[in-house]
Amino acid sequence: MKRTALYKKHVELGAKMVPFAGFEMPVSYSGIKDEHMAVRNDVGLFDVSHMGEFVLKGKDAEACLQWICSNDIARMKNMQCQYNCMPNEQGGIVDDLIVYKWDNSEYNLVVNAANIQKDFDWIMGQIQAKGFDVDLSDISDELALIAVQGPKAMELLSGLTELALDDIPYYFFNAGKIAGVEDVVISNTGYTGSGGFELYVWNKDAEALWDALIKAGESVGVKPCGLAARDTLRLEKGFCLYGNDIDDHSSPIEAGLGWITKFTKDFVHAEYHKDLKAGGIKRKLVGFKLEDRGVPRKDYPVESEAGEEIGVVTSGTQSPVLNEAIGLAYVSLEHSKVDSVIYVIARNKRLKARVVALPFV
Amino acid sequence: MNIPENLKYSKEHEWVRVDGDIAYVGITDFAQSELGDIVFVEIDTVGDTIDADEIFGTIEAVKTVSDLFMPVGGEVLELNDKLEDDPELVNTDPYGDGWLIKVKMTDASQLDHLMDASAYGEMINA
Repeated sequence: MKRTALYKKHVELGAKMVPFAGFEMPVSYSGIKDEHMAVRNDVGLFDVSHMGEFVLKGKDAEACLQWICSNDIARMKNMQCQYNCMPNEQGGIVDDLIVYKWDNSEYNLVVNAANIQKDFDWIMGQIQAKGFDVDLSDISDELALIAVQGPKAMELLSGLTELALDDIPYYFFNAGKIAGVEDVVISNTGYTGSGGFELYVWNKDAEALWDALIKAGESVGVKPCGLAARDTLRLEKGFCLYGNDIDDHSSPIEAGLGWITKFTKDFVHAEYHKDLKAGGIKRKLVGFKLEDRGVPRKDYPVESEAGEEIGVVTSGTQSPVLNEAIGLAYVSLEHSKVDSVIYVIARNKRLKARVVALPFV
Repeated sequence: MNIPENLKYSKEHEWVRVDGDIAYVGITDFAQSELGDIVFVEIDTVGDTIDADEIFGTIEAVKTVSDLFMPVGGEVLELNDKLEDDPELVNTDPYGDGWLIKVKMTDASQLDHLMDASAYGEMINA
């Protein structure tokens, strides 16, 4: 089991640690709801150092990314980030990721912890098959990643750096000195839907940066937050989680990721997704709320009123903000319209649910 | 981890407080901390007579769902109706206001199969 550079900090802060994607990670500190509401109302700190980071350099870097990614890399400006997925050759998704562009010949890729080796091998395979002139390296084990999320993130960070954070628009990044730590990459990104920044820092400096963030955050009510709150936060916003809502067998078109799937350029297996988009999909990822009491969980079957199996739940929880049970499910197209009544089979109970528009919050 | 001396414990992390032939049942401090924020407790077995180790309800937390098992057999006389509005009592006061059910025991000798506080503490490595 691997540990992040911040492992000792979590233990000192009394976090409950669990195994996740090969890492011992903090799942919660003060409680999921407490952490969740801290991020929605104030600010929370997350150690997400388990995420993978690759460097892609070389004269074909842009062409390589255009081929392996679904979104249009050519539209990116320098110092911009872009949400993406990497389609596989079977109609599914290898992983979802964020691409950071330094310039036309140098990019960073941020990938899911559970997929680091799979992604690296996949990208290498594509580089070799297409003969791209690029170098790919995996720097995941050297980098820590701290997400500072919530409406008071800017207030917390602005006292710690001379970087003009106001000048970093949504999904852009910069690099510089934060809390005395040099060479920090800071991006206006995150997966909570409450705004904030993500800070990439070398492992040796991670503890110093974390301590400075906790200290500076005292006056704005900062709370350390775990993976459980990260999950409820992203789900309230309807953001997909790889391994739950998207996987090797789901098309971005079915998953509501058409907005990052651009057919203005060619990419791996593009024709298949183009046909899906044109010819109509058979199933679609939708948001739903339970009307009966219960909590939906991944893999619970979904039925129509008549009792026909029409899909499956991919994520579910009790929303801390709404205090209602919410979830994402793949359902057949005819049941995917907002307001459709569906039934979630929760163990031995059949719970009435209704398809709703995303985000939930 | 809080493990009161005066209670009996099951391997399914329930506690029992005995009062004559009546048993109060709840989940342990360890169990509530493993489950995390509890969303609701679903028990629709009031009036039923249920054997030891059988399911009497379920408990839904934000992250997971778990069955509740009878530590001793008996008739479920009542459930803690405070949990309807305040399920988080199970988190904040698992041995007190967060109790789950009151049971009329069929056979009080079944209590002998349960653990005392030190044995339970050993089981969870407290």
